[in-house]
Amino acid sequence: MVKVTMTVNGRTASGEVEGRTLLSGFLREELGLTGTHVGCDTSQCGACVVHVDGKAVKSCTMLAAEADGAEIATIEGQAAPDGTLNVIQQAFQDHHGLQCGFCTPGMVMSAAALLKDNPKPSEQEIREYLEGNLCRCTGYHNIVKAIMAASGQDVSAVAAE
Amino acid sequence: MAVAKPLPHDAARLHVTGQARYVDDIPSPRDTLHLAFGLSTVAHADITALDLDAVRQSDGVVAVLTADDLPFDNDVSPSAHDEPLLANGSVHHIGQPVFLVVATSHRAARVAARKGQISYAERPALLTLEDALAADSRFEDGPRIYTKGDADSAITSAAHVVEDTFDLGGQEHFYLEGQAAMAQPQEDGGMLVNSSTQHPTEIQHKVAEAIGLPMHAVRVETRRMGGGFGGKESQGNALAVACAIAARATGRTCKMRYDRDDDMTITGKRHAFRISYRAGFDAEGRIQGVEFTHLVDCGWAQDLSLPVADRAMLHSDNAYLIPAIRIESHRLKTNRQSATAYRGFGGPQGMVGIERVMDHAAHKLGLDPVELRQRNYYAPMQSATAPAGAPHDSFVPAPDAAGDLASRGAPAAPADVTTPAADVQTTPYHMPVEDFILHELTAELLDTSDYATRKADIATWNAGNDRFKRGIAFSPVKFGISFTLTHLNQAGALVHVYQDGSVHLNHGGTEMGQGLFQKVAQVAASRFGISLEKVKITATDTAKVPNTSATAASSGSDLNGMAVKAACDTIRDRMAAYLAERYQQPVSAVRFEGDRVIIGSEELSFEAAAMECYTGRISLSSTGYYKTPKLEWDRIQGKGRPFFYFAYGAAITEVVVDRLTGENRILRADVLHDAGASLNPALDIGQVEGAYVQGAGWLTTEELVWDQTGNLRTHAPSTYKIPACSDRPDVFNVALWNGENREDSIYRSKAVGEPPFMLGISAWLALSDAVGAYGGSYPALNAPATSEEIWRAVRRIAPEA
Ligand code: FES
Ligand code: FES
Repeated sequence: MVKVTMTVNGRTASGEVEGRTLLSGFLREELGLTGTHVGCDTSQCGACVVHVDGKAVKSCTMLAAEADGAEIATIEGQAAPDGTLNVIQQAFQDHHGLQCGFCTPGMVMSAAALLKDNPKPSEQEIREYLEGNLCRCTGYHNIVKAIMAASGQDVSAVAAE
Repeated sequence: MAVAKPLPHDAARLHVTGQARYVDDIPSPRDTLHLAFGLSTVAHADITALDLDAVRQSDGVVAVLTADDLPFDNDVSPSAHDEPLLANGSVHHIGQPVFLVVATSHRAARVAARKGQISYAERPALLTLEDALAADSRFEDGPRIYTKGDADSAITSAAHVVEDTFDLGGQEHFYLEGQAAMAQPQEDGGMLVNSSTQHPTEIQHKVAEAIGLPMHAVRVETRRMGGGFGGKESQGNALAVACAIAARATGRTCKMRYDRDDDMTITGKRHAFRISYRAGFDAEGRIQGVEFTHLVDCGWAQDLSLPVADRAMLHSDNAYLIPAIRIESHRLKTNRQSATAYRGFGGPQGMVGIERVMDHAAHKLGLDPVELRQRNYYAPMQSATAPAGAPHDSFVPAPDAAGDLASRGAPAAPADVTTPAADVQTTPYHMPVEDFILHELTAELLDTSDYATRKADIATWNAGNDRFKRGIAFSPVKFGISFTLTHLNQAGALVHVYQDGSVHLNHGGTEMGQGLFQKVAQVAASRFGISLEKVKITATDTAKVPNTSATAASSGSDLNGMAVKAACDTIRDRMAAYLAERYQQPVSAVRFEGDRVIIGSEELSFEAAAMECYTGRISLSSTGYYKTPKLEWDRIQGKGRPFFYFAYGAAITEVVVDRLTGENRILRADVLHDAGASLNPALDIGQVEGAYVQGAGWLTTEELVWDQTGNLRTHAPSTYKIPACSDRPDVFNVALWNGENREDSIYRSKAVGEPPFMLGISAWLALSDAVGAYGGSYPALNAPATSEEIWRAVRRIAPEA
């Protein structure tokens, strides 16, 4: 067992974990942050994306012990404390960027990382960036649209409502 | 009115904040136990010995169960009682559960499960359709055959004949949330089960059987699934039953989720088909007759294979009036995962068959494929509104008590069916087609997508390109709406109005992302004339609404919307009667709108009205019930009216193909889809987009590969390729057809879950069109048309290319 301490959504969190515990498992089981979903366990679906020191990381690909001392941001910390959605969350809601919602936390976290580096991505750039985030429900159309809208771009050309 | 507004998904806020709970997110006691199955590693064998000592000694293991330890029925089948929870002396596919590990963590259970020593005496495994057919290994006594007219002589005397055989692969559901269940023992021996299931009543029934209790002792709750697509109609039974048995044995909460590779190895998939056809056409391209043979890979257990294979037969006409047809369907038993429900439920396979015939014929006759299709369409709808009909209430004898009546796998009783008049156009199963709108819909789509110009441009472009070729194709959809097992077409609801005017809504449908809960809540809000925020959507719960059918067959909003409407109207009528009397007004003067109740010249807020009714001792709670009218179907004869109505749609897809590698992509897709008078156009368009992409994925990149031992080699997203964000069409135009359901459905809307899946067929046909541009002969693509298949097809038709 190893002791890990990290900052999660601005708060210090620590716990005793087995060396092999994945960051996704630590967040879900130890901290009860179940918004980080596990869809494949093998770093392919992107449902488990969180930010580690500002970078998008598939949390099933990282050991909790590796995240010791890091700043972690999860989906639960994205809205303002009063519950106001951030611009990406709001856009996913308004532009129907979700159906079953299982991929949504990972999509929102990936989108946030993209927009941080590239505030006005083209449709093509969004699609390439999301290559590691699978969605089985939406056909991606409204997800791309939501991210375009969140970056303040006109989405009327992306599709008919 | 809330109905018809493009409102977001009801749980959108919960999803974007990570608050939405799936089964694995539900808080559970600290001492919760976790389960894993030990799986068969051979495709067909008798088990000669089972050494589980190492499993028992593995860290964290609390119990290990085999078939001998099960207290009651060892069965998780939704139909023929042929699917034991744990193997009973023999195994029938690689990945079949043999023993159950109960441990203190998910990981501990999985690690231990790998340590079982199973000794086998191997038996020959049937791994191909040929082998199964040769061995006469099948479900039912022989093939089902549906006929209309004399197909053989119609084809023999036709001017042109096309015939061929092709393979049509299965499909992994790949719901993002894997199968999951949790069971909590209750104080009186009962069980509370949370399950990621489309069919809570089925789970309740199977759990009750497995722990030897009546159904009343088992309560199943499902708030949502992270995707279902048919894969959670029966495939969740094993997990829920395992949890309940383990919870009963240990007295502790038990939870089970499949990791992705277990999920793909254990659970059933879409049925793979081999389709042979022989079809005759006249000189103008009008079909004279067609014969189909379907070889259906059902896998090792019956599951829902019979109705799936039936539905494939029922969609062998798609949009075309076929004077003479014969469809022969062999439901073959092989040593693979037991194929199961998947969006479209066999319909897509049947439809691909006839679309292939049309494509082949257009190529042979040198006709434009759209024109050929239009010439073969059913005649247009005559009147836009159908007369009302009553549910067909013939006496249905209950099958044996052990029967699983709420499952689509249940046996069907023979039915009396009405024979349509001779001058009425009918399907191959003798159902009149009265609501056909594809003539108009096709014309509009051809126009908005600029089909003719683009087709000519593509021909010019292709003439100047050797390596790359583009292709364009159109395909229509006519999909039958209703469960073909007539008695499943019923639904219940429970609605309460509280004294503060807030409304509690419950019904038998389950939410898997399709937006059912929101659409039904919109119905409730509209009936009371209140805003949607006043309506509380609650989890599907077998203790609130009993005896529900699966949320399947696209029926969710049709059935549950109607049941909720009935419940709301009962309460509304009671309120209206009371308020009319109290304010000395005729009942007809009472209206519910704008969050108010208007009683002649008086006006109350809905809250005040609820309060007055409460103090006036008016019951503000009601159940609601609905059964679909007009249905009568005999599946053995292949005659009757299995469907209340048809949903329509059409798509045009353009692709580009690389001769050297077979690689390809979708450049553009245009879709026009009929959702009747949509309950929520935003959610319905979302269904259409997602379904198109999933359908195109099935026929292009999604390939299931089993090796010679029957081992599924594509058991993870690394090897099984579902569409990713960059695979979706570059240009994607999706619109809803502006029309109303001819039948009296909920607000004249139409079901939308499955029908648009088949729009993806146009992508496969577009690839065929592109490949055809390399040479003269018909490309005869198999499905999925992966890059390899396209590469092979190019070499078949243009060997020197
Ligand atoms: S669970 Fe981490 S990528 Fe799928
Ligand atoms: S919304 Fe279901 S997986 Fe994306």
